[in-house]
Amino acid sequence: MPRAVTTRRKAVMTVIAWTVGLLIFFPILWTVLTSFKTEADAIAIPPRFLNFDWTLENYVTVQERSDYFRHFWNSVVISVGSTLIGLAIAIPAAWAMAFVPGKRTKDVLMWMLSTKMLPPVGVLVPIYLLFRDTGLLDTRIGLVIVLTLINLPIIVWMLYTYFREIPGEILEAARMDGAGLRSEILYVLTPMAVPGIASTMLLNIILAWNEAFWTLNLTAAKAAPLTAFIASYSSPEGLFYAKLSAASTMAIAPILILGWFSQKQLVRGLTFGAVK
Amino acid sequence: MSTTLRALLGATALCAAGGIAAAQENVTLTIATVNNGDMIRMQALASDFTEKHPNIELEWVTLEENVLRQRVTTDIATKGGQYDVMTIGTYEVPIWGAQDWLVPLNDLPAEYDVDDLLPAIRDGLTVDGNLYAAPFYGESSMVMYRTDLMEAAGLEMPEAPTWDFIKEAAAAMTDKDAEVYGICLRGKAGWGENMAFLTAMANSYGARWFDEEWNAQFDSPEWKATLDDYLMLMNEYGPPGAANNGFNENLALFQQGKCGMWIDATVAASFVTNPEDSTVADKVGFALAPDNGLGKRGNWLWAWSLGIPAGSQKIDAAKEFIAWATSKEYTAMVAEKEGWANVPPGTRQSLYDNPEYQKVPFAQMTLDSINAADPTQPTVDPVPYTGVQFVAIPEFQGIGTAVGQQFAAALAGQSTAEQALSNAQALTTREMTRAGYPK
Repeated sequence: MPRAVTTRRKAVMTVIAWTVGLLIFFPILWTVLTSFKTEADAIAIPPRFLNFDWTLENYVTVQERSDYFRHFWNSVVISVGSTLIGLAIAIPAAWAMAFVPGKRTKDVLMWMLSTKMLPPVGVLVPIYLLFRDTGLLDTRIGLVIVLTLINLPIIVWMLYTYFREIPGEILEAARMDGAGLRSEILYVLTPMAVPGIASTMLLNIILAWNEAFWTLNLTAAKAAPLTAFIASYSSPEGLFYAKLSAASTMAIAPILILGWFSQKQLVRGLTFGAVK
Repeated sequence: MSTTLRALLGATALCAAGGIAAAQENVTLTIATVNNGDMIRMQALASDFTEKHPNIELEWVTLEENVLRQRVTTDIATKGGQYDVMTIGTYEVPIWGAQDWLVPLNDLPAEYDVDDLLPAIRDGLTVDGNLYAAPFYGESSMVMYRTDLMEAAGLEMPEAPTWDFIKEAAAAMTDKDAEVYGICLRGKAGWGENMAFLTAMANSYGARWFDEEWNAQFDSPEWKATLDDYLMLMNEYGPPGAANNGFNENLALFQQGKCGMWIDATVAASFVTNPEDSTVADKVGFALAPDNGLGKRGNWLWAWSLGIPAGSQKIDAAKEFIAWATSKEYTAMVAEKEGWANVPPGTRQSLYDNPEYQKVPFAQMTLDSINAADPTQPTVDPVPYTGVQFVAIPEFQGIGTAVGQQFAAALAGQSTAEQALSNAQALTTREMTRAGYPK
């Protein structure tokens, strides 16, 4: 009875998918729950799941103590800014690699990826000195530059994969019709690759939003984004889990909502070209 | 010279002059600090300072301790000039002071009364006779214990207990079925975690990190005795999973009534006696950290202090701020607004002479503990370094954490005490030789 097997298989797959999904989501759920607990409930042994006195006190404290909107705005400027500049550089680069590959294109791609293999702390001091001398320390422009550069290899790689799926004949046809290089990329290639570009953009915004090494080390008071906002609520001496959870929830909420609304594009983009 | 160029130059000069005038008038100080209760209180009360100094604005950068340390170290080592006031500890001050990375604070005003600072704390912040940071709050470590459990065990905690008494009391108080553990100690690996406790404990056993020639000493019988006793106490009478416990985990256990004794920072006293968070608030007693009759106790010394990096352009304003934050007047203001128990402790003799403050249950024991520590002569045998629960050399963070991992592994049962000590000896010797220390 193939039908019964299919149904059972479907049920098993559903259960597995839900289990994996819940496992992945659990830390976020736990953070959100903890943010509504008192500090004493947050560290209670055994842990309390839902049976605790719900309180908004942590959110009030966090609001009073820090300027959330300044950090939030810094995060928005840094992540969106670095993504847009990154795309502007990566689209032509990926076009060249996908449609007019040279002998060394593969090597160039690998070399770009290899820059991701260096531990960031290894170049912290040189970059810090460069930033100091150019006055970029604790500025949003400085962070936009750094995050653009560190995420560029990923953007180029993702776009390259999408562009390769677009038949070269279409671009040839455009050229036959007299389209120049600029109009070919702008009016033919880009609209066709919109799902890929959108998902690259979203993924890059998420990566830049969550980046917590350079954003912590190159900022002080003015350009500090939400990562610094979270880091200010951890304490070596004293209970802090509930307040830290409230700060974390506030920091991830915008990106979580963005991800929620754009999940279709994300999934479509990430699986683009995966199924032939 | 063309008219345009002349006009441009004139405008630039005017702007520059205006800029200088503005700098004299309005200054923004960037202050890097940690998220500890006393520091957060200082931020809330800082309007008192800005009201008295309307030309000085304050910007706060609050970070987690390890992030802060990495961040300010990068900045000060590269003279980045991002901060005007840094919150640093007794570990950084001797190293940075010797490098001339900090501005000396020898010219604080007379009313600041620098002689009022507790000698142990002041010595820890002084290099070659120069005071390089002003203490905001100081702490040592002591025994906090449950008076009800001690009484039920038929024992009485002396004011200055020995390690033998601690072992006896831990055995008598442990009731694993009721989830009451005789002793809770730090187990989490890290130079400021388990190694802070173990280094201080080792001092009272006559052990030391290095001899006078900078040779590692983990192969000494004193270190063996220290680690054996620590492991015995934790395995027999400690809570399960102790290799993951740091200050906050033990604080939670103690507040929930699961620890008979806890030897840790004196600053914990205000947490465990606070009835809002602690279920045992009215049943806590305090005693000096234990000893073995060798002349040194197992207590550490730390002071979160405010210093000015040499790269700051606003030294005068920064000094004004530091003089305000660490003054007697600031203490009086906290007492008036938040009560004596919330005053930053452990920096000034005058605070402990105050009859109001003497009523705080842990005040005298905190002072006695701080006075019992000597950062310039921390061990029984002479050593070439300063620091009670650390060695004030730049390499210590790395070495201390690596050794801490060996000891945490022994606590978790992944290796024996002998293996842990022999590995600690090997890795310390290797790193110190590489850094060129042993003579």
